[in-house]
Amino acid sequence: MSKVNLTVNGKAVAVDVEDRTLLVQLLRDHLNLTGTHVGCDTSQCGACVVHMDGRAVKSCTMLAGQADGASITTIEGIAKGDELHPMQAAFRDNHGLQCGYCTPGMIMSAIDIVQRHGGQLDEATVRHELEGNICRCTGYHNIVKAVLDAAGRMKVAQAAE
Amino acid sequence: MYQTTYHRASSVDEAVSLFGKSSEAKFLAGGQTLLPVMKQRLAAPSDVIDLGKIKELQGVELSGDVLTIKAATTYYDIMTNADVKKAIPAIAYLTSVLGDPAVRYRGTIGGSIANNDPAADFPAALLALGATVKTNKRSISADDFFKGLFTTALEDGEIITAVSFPVPAKAGYEKMRHPASRFALTGVFVAQTKSGEVRVAATGASQSGVMRVPAIEAALKANWSPSAIDNVTISASGLLADIHGTAEYRANLVKVMAQRAVAAAR
Repeated sequence: MSKVNLTVNGKAVAVDVEDRTLLVQLLRDHLNLTGTHVGCDTSQCGACVVHMDGRAVKSCTMLAGQADGASITTIEGIAKGDELHPMQAAFRDNHGLQCGYCTPGMIMSAIDIVQRHGGQLDEATVRHELEGNICRCTGYHNIVKAVLDAAGRMKVAQAAE
Repeated sequence: MYQTTYHRASSVDEAVSLFGKSSEAKFLAGGQTLLPVMKQRLAAPSDVIDLGKIKELQGVELSGDVLTIKAATTYYDIMTNADVKKAIPAIAYLTSVLGDPAVRYRGTIGGSIANNDPAADFPAALLALGATVKTNKRSISADDFFKGLFTTALEDGEIITAVSFPVPAKAGYEKMRHPASRFALTGVFVAQTKSGEVRVAATGASQSGVMRVPAIEAALKANWSPSAIDNVTISASGLLADIHGTAEYRANLVKVMAQRAVAAAR
């Protein structure tokens, strides 16, 4: 057992876990943050993507201990109170989900994509960048539309700040 | 995953000492291969020694005609590094088409070459560019480093600290990506050194891992252009054959990917 200290969605937490615990297990089983999903468990589907120190990583492919000292943001930590994050709002408005299982990971990856590319996003780039996130319902079409829509909204939101 | 003990090393010396004290330890860099393998219970190290936070293993240096990438530098940090893009853009490109964005944030060059997966991208770059692998004990040329499937010249407890690449006159990389897994079905890295030598390496093709391709090297030495490879024949003997492609298919891919890599080289 080891104590892992980290910041999750802005709150400092200290959790005693077995050394073999994955970051996603710490989030879901120890902190009850079940918005982060486990899809494939083989690092391919991206349902478990969270942000660690601002970078989108697969939380099923990290030991909790590797995140010691890091700042983690999960899907539960991106809305401002009742106001959805622009990426969440864009997924809703563009019908970018059906069953919703992949959506938390999609949204966390998509925010990272927009942050890395700023305003320089086109459809081909979004499709290429989303290759680590698998959706079995939508055929991706509306997901891509949502990400492009959100890229515009996030630029506007940033300009307003 | 079986039980294991996690250690975070703060220096290479500490990592070596931790390794010596454990019964069956494994070094962990980005963990993008080791952790999936442990989750499948195909590996069960008693101890996992994390190299990912060691400062001396991070970063890129360009000094004259040598580009040095420290072992625990992530793919993302490699592909966005200004010195890499300037000195060897083919490495920046190779890194940008490796895995997916989340994997690129975690995976490292040292982890990739230590694992030496037969379909990994970086071994081809090292072999074609005539790179040198630096460890905590010695320097090993790429020609001597890769020993076959998942096998390298590394000894037990030896740690890769950096990879040094001589800056080439021109280099290019292209791969045929498996449409589902995105791994290289076959990838070819071509390089022309500043002294005019031509080196070509293929990954994902041979049953014994990354390999040089002498026939294509000779053709490109005579004439550096995609058409120079038109009449080269690659033997299918010893090449991988599986559900995704026959040995003959991969032999042809070696040729076609080499042509595309030459066309893309700069």
